[in-house]
Amino acid sequence: MAKGVKPRVKVPKSAAAGDVITIKTLISHKMESGVRKDGDGNIIPRSIINRFVADFNGQNIIDVTLEPAISTNPYFQFEAMVPEAGEFKFTWYDDDGSVYETSKKIKIA
Amino acid sequence: MKFKTLLTSAAIVALSAGFASAQDDSILAVDGDVIKTRAAAPAFAENLDTVYSGWHFRIGETQSLQMDDFENPAFVFVDQGIDLFDKVEGSEGKACASCHEDVADFAGLRPTLPRVENGELVTMENLVNECRTERMGAEPWKYTGGQMTAVTALIGLQSRGMSINVAVDGDAAPFFEEGKDLYYQRVGQLDMSCSNCHEDNYGVMIRADHLSQGQINGFPTYRLKNAKLNSAHARFKGCMSNIRATPFKVGGDEFKALELYLAARGNGLSVETPSVRN
Repeated sequence: MAKGVKPRVKVPKSAAAGDVITIKTLISHKMESGVRKDGDGNIIPRSIINRFVADFNGQNIIDVTLEPAISTNPYFQFEAMVPEAGEFKFTWYDDDGSVYETSKKIKIA
Repeated sequence: MKFKTLLTSAAIVALSAGFASAQDDSILAVDGDVIKTRAAAPAFAENLDTVYSGWHFRIGETQSLQMDDFENPAFVFVDQGIDLFDKVEGSEGKACASCHEDVADFAGLRPTLPRVENGELVTMENLVNECRTERMGAEPWKYTGGQMTAVTALIGLQSRGMSINVAVDGDAAPFFEEGKDLYYQRVGQLDMSCSNCHEDNYGVMIRADHLSQGQINGFPTYRLKNAKLNSAHARFKGCMSNIRATPFKVGGDEFKALELYLAARGNGLSVETPSVRN
């Protein structure tokens, strides 16, 4: 597992049914591209987040493939329609096989 | 002859108009809390009427990054600071949190630093490293290193919104005078002093960017150019290299005195830590 990885998300605590809300996500990750070389000329192995998925009550909202050119601490902001109360689930997949998860509940106000 | 004088004064008027337009009228509010980014200049800053935070000299996109703690990239490092604060290190088996149970107790510390203790000028970095070596039995952190800036940003954040109020009289007076001398001392191959840019020319372009007044109320600051937190001393070092001078030592007496003088020039501004600049 890469060091210092910490997922963060910002989701409103409540929304009206049918509202479109803005979701912000950030994961701290060094996103080593795999093309850099160290001091001895050896290639530093690639270590990036390669996939990001967000689900709402089991239904997929967004599924992103990340490539090596994406910089440190990838940030995603997107919109989602909230039909009912429930839970957003966010998942990041690391090159080394680690999976980072976090979730946020939203109420209908 | 008279014509030439007239031309010069016309040029000065044109230049002053340029100064006035560079710092904007925006208001910095973080999650609803307004942060004071302009204030009447302290009496000893005799060449300034108003002091402006460096925030005013940045473009809208950079400014807005600082207005939401989620979007402020510095908070990635503040989070690291929280982990470091709780991390047990050294021979005494202690973490910062062993004595300082609640980091929020540090509210009010940042606006008063650097300050004089027992005849010596101390910065927040000195206080952190003193705790590490004297009370934790741990290795001191590098003065401008990532662990140090993460923790100083966390501690500084507790005082965000409070007015800078650095003492310049009494014990601090000789350090203040030393800092002032350094501020106005021309150095390096380009033969420039701090004041040449940050007092005489703030608001005008340097390369592709506006010069600020060089206020340090937002340090440690996240810079877009190197994507990490930068301490004030690291910034001083960068400035000195830019004017092709040999920088003083980070954490040394010269930079500490300069830090005191600069902090005092911002007396009245709010603590902005951690700020976002380019």
